[in-house]
Amino acid sequence: MATKDIKPPDQWVNPATGEYRVIAPGQTFRSITEKIVRIVLTPHTPMGWFGIFTVAGGGAVMLMVAMTWLFLKGVGIWGITQPVAWGFAIINFVWWIGIGHAGTLISAILLLFKQSWRNSISRFAEAMTIFAVACAALFPVIHTGRPWLGYWLLPLPYTMTVWPQFRSPLMWDVFAVSTYATISVVFWYIGMVPDLATLRDRAQSKIAQYFYGLLSVGWRGSVRHWMQYETASLLLAGLATPLVLSVHTVISFDFAVAVLPGWHTTIFPPYFVAGAIYSGFAMVLTLAIPLRKFYHLEALVTDRHMDNMGKVMLVTGFIVAYGYGMEAFMSWYSADHWEAFTFWNRAFGLMGWSYWVLISCNLVIPLTTLWVRKWRTNMTFMFIMSVIVNTGMWFERFVIVVTSLTRDFLPSAWGTYRATKWDYATFIGTLGFFTFMFLLFVRFLPMIPMNEIRMLLPGAKIKPKVAEAAD
Amino acid sequence: MPAREGTYGLLAEFETPGDLVRAARKAHEDGWRRMDCYTPYPVEEAAEAIGFHRNKVPLLTLIGGLMGGAAMFLLETWISVIAYPINAAGRPTYSWPAFIVPAYEWTILWAGLSAAFGMLALCGLPALYHPLFNAPNFRDGATTDKFFLCLEALDPKFDVTATRAYLETFKPNSVVEVDY
Repeated sequence: MATKDIKPPDQWVNPATGEYRVIAPGQTFRSITEKIVRIVLTPHTPMGWFGIFTVAGGGAVMLMVAMTWLFLKGVGIWGITQPVAWGFAIINFVWWIGIGHAGTLISAILLLFKQSWRNSISRFAEAMTIFAVACAALFPVIHTGRPWLGYWLLPLPYTMTVWPQFRSPLMWDVFAVSTYATISVVFWYIGMVPDLATLRDRAQSKIAQYFYGLLSVGWRGSVRHWMQYETASLLLAGLATPLVLSVHTVISFDFAVAVLPGWHTTIFPPYFVAGAIYSGFAMVLTLAIPLRKFYHLEALVTDRHMDNMGKVMLVTGFIVAYGYGMEAFMSWYSADHWEAFTFWNRAFGLMGWSYWVLISCNLVIPLTTLWVRKWRTNMTFMFIMSVIVNTGMWFERFVIVVTSLTRDFLPSAWGTYRATKWDYATFIGTLGFFTFMFLLFVRFLPMIPMNEIRMLLPGAKIKPKVAEAAD
Repeated sequence: MPAREGTYGLLAEFETPGDLVRAARKAHEDGWRRMDCYTPYPVEEAAEAIGFHRNKVPLLTLIGGLMGGAAMFLLETWISVIAYPINAAGRPTYSWPAFIVPAYEWTILWAGLSAAFGMLALCGLPALYHPLFNAPNFRDGATTDKFFLCLEALDPKFDVTATRAYLETFKPNSVVEVDY
């Protein structure tokens, strides 16, 4: 073999394992710290940030306007009617909370499985969870029609001595979602404390030092603290794992416990959870791809991350496909007239187009193309794919909520559904609010966990003196 | 806390985690107990070296979780059976399977809150002031890329000159005296 045929080893592939590297070679503790800290502590906010911030802020304002009008006029401004009393509010609720699930999956489940590649993307995935849950929690509250009485959902001793009904899945929802929001915020904040201490120590301005100093609660990196911190992180991960699985399960109970054809099925909990993770990973990609380009984070959020996230989407996509298949199968196998009709109506009824949008966006396009590694590491392709999958997941919730409700048991109770401009304004408004919050997070908080990245560097390995001298 | 003055301890700065762990292990073997290591990320070997093996975070989490779950289950039972019984199609008022879901969520909620805030409390945080923040090199290194060993003045073996000479034998980047 001629010398020219011997290719230099691809620096992105680790020769020891043959796998893509998680972190680009040649990084040091200081270089990665500087890289991440500079995004936050720079006095020059990029113009592009202001541009997107303005657009997203416009969306958030639209949400405020839509909600103000809703509070003045009532839920009649929406398209909800009899029999479709749920409409956009519940579709959006389920969609948003599903998106949040990938953040917890990345930060908790992958931590327990010791998937160290998750470290670079875990922080902003958790931030995504929190803002998605905030958007989600808004919908059921404003959907009640009298949101100022929202506290009636809680078991508080009121003067009229009325207590909530704990046998209702809607009540379970209150506890599942509020616990999920609280634990996500706590997990996110605790994970950020050491990085906030780094920001405190690297900040030049007095205001920044006070701000990050207070937030970092005086963290000084004592190994005694680190060990308790690591235990707490692991325990929180261990607690968040059953929590995240329970949240979408409980949400699927809202449907599955009802007797409506198309809702009353046992496949719902696993199929909802898989769909949630599927859409959540898509949203992580939608956020990560522009972020890494804009902030030049290719050394930390590498092709390996995109590749792995593509694989997770492939797996969860197939679980979702199994769910759809099982729904179709059961509508035939149950020999239930109404089940069979519901399925026929979903696919070929008046709103059949929405079912085929969902099948193409969730199954046909991603599950045929995500097999190819070259495409999984192509950023343009993955970005478009992530938007397609989230469109498909939104339509999945649309199909579940609307087609079942419009065709009940009795033809005399049948109806139709058409969303109004206020439905769209509220939905697009939450997209704006989500982006708005996420941009604030990216600007003022460390979006990549520095302390966890340091552990991935070769310098973090403790070696005997002899081996160290040989390096 | 009584006002303290004088020396808090001697702080040695190391370049690599390996140097820190070797120094900490030797110091612990030589009988030092009032000591601590400061690192920019968790270095488990350093904690082992200074004899810190167990912590109480798991116990707190367990207690928090059990109490949260029990509290919610009892609240649901009390509300549904005693305070506000609703006859829904003749179903039993004590329908415990339905109560499990909120109780499960509260188990996780209070276990998680106990883990997070219990950990902070066990670490003695928030503590916005600490003498080590007075060390000139601590701020630049401890949360970025340097590894510190601090031998504290409260240890009976402590003597400013002798301890400084002792720390110098580990070949650190520097040894500085930290005041309260």
